[in-house]
Amino acid sequence: MLTARVIPCLDTRDGRVVKGIRFQGLRDAGDPVALALAYERQGADELVLLDVSATPEGRGNALDTVRRVRRVLSIPLTVGGGVRNAEDASLLLEAGADKVGVNTAAVEREELIGELARRFGSQCTVVAIDAARNAGGWELVVRSGKQRTGIDCVRWAARVCEIGAGEILLTSWDRDGTHAGYDLELLERVSKAVTVPVIASGGAASAEHLHQALSRGADAVLAASIFHDGETTVRAVKQDLARLGQHVRL
Amino acid sequence: MTSAPLVFVVRTGAANLASVMAGLERLGARPRLTRDPAEVASADYLVLPGVGAFGAAIDELGSHGLIEALRERIEDDRPSLCVCLGLQLLARSSEESPGVSGLGVLPLDAGRFAGPVRVPQLGWNRIEPEPGCRLLQAGHVYFANSYRLTEKPPGWNVAWSEYGGRFVAAVERGNVLGCQFHPELSSTLGQALLGRWLSMEPQPC
Repeated sequence: MLTARVIPCLDTRDGRVVKGIRFQGLRDAGDPVALALAYERQGADELVLLDVSATPEGRGNALDTVRRVRRVLSIPLTVGGGVRNAEDASLLLEAGADKVGVNTAAVEREELIGELARRFGSQCTVVAIDAARNAGGWELVVRSGKQRTGIDCVRWAARVCEIGAGEILLTSWDRDGTHAGYDLELLERVSKAVTVPVIASGGAASAEHLHQALSRGADAVLAASIFHDGETTVRAVKQDLARLGQHVRL
Repeated sequence: MTSAPLVFVVRTGAANLASVMAGLERLGARPRLTRDPAEVASADYLVLPGVGAFGAAIDELGSHGLIEALRERIEDDRPSLCVCLGLQLLARSSEESPGVSGLGVLPLDAGRFAGPVRVPQLGWNRIEPEPGCRLLQAGHVYFANSYRLTEKPPGWNVAWSEYGGRFVAAVERGNVLGCQFHPELSSTLGQALLGRWLSMEPQPC
């Protein structure tokens, strides 16, 4: 039986881990290599590294960060942020990523998803969806949440799977960094609309939040600040999840 | 393990080789990429990684004259590790690419996961080796696959796992190990398995 995955997320900029609230107000949260190694030792099932650099220099640093993390890391690494085409993805994979996440570029040109899936396989092609609640449901937001698209998130999730996505990284923009728990309704709707694994993201502050997400359709749960701030460890969270009845790797 | 063994890694088109190379380096081995049939046939240690589609990978191996070289070294029982798609390539065929012939070392056909499970399988699943396995040990390892084998090939020992039914997590025979999972991404358990495989004695040419 497949276990539920707990995935710490490292948002990186210029070679450092940063964390903000609703994607803004970034503050330093440590060295990515040291954090990656610590999380693997604590029992993290996978890591996600999202590059939030805004400049070409920052992007170059991201490749170097991936290389440095890969040297020490023997669990899967998904890297996203600024992937515009198959060539960008190829550079990240060569540097040491196992999966590549795409977001804004896939919304602007959905063919990108098929291009990645054909070249690297669906299991390597993660589509990140940032969802903001609106009157009727959830609207897709891009450019780190700065731009609303008018696209319905549940329909978009189904669409990206049809054309090659192998995993959905579903972030609630409303909950990101707020510690208010995942948007469970969003999670349930999206996980029912697709047959690929779904990673819940945005708002986690406790093992109880992770447990709720896993019980409402998530295959994996992503969290950042609760681990970076040393409030808890991955191992402690997984032990709590096991006590709550989740099947995890300890 | 001999000091810093040289491990050749077959350069297939789309595989993310960096994780495999890094895993080998952490164990003190010296990984080198190759597409040379003579090196593939005679290397002391060889890794056949695999990410991407069955048909594309077979085309790639064929266009570099590597299919016969791989068959030869496996029949000669030279230390060989086939990972993920690398294991499926040893089969006769795969549902992923109908009409394409695999290496045929295993008289089996790969099929897509069936049943009420999410595909691809992404994550950590428990494997149970049969009695007789020398390299494989029970525990959780990382899988990233949509296709799999479901039968035991005659003459091989296997480790089983469950995902929408029982499937082949790994096969071993002598110095040849085929893993549907990724040892290089399976933390300490995977590193230990790679270490045991690297302690196999190379065969004289």
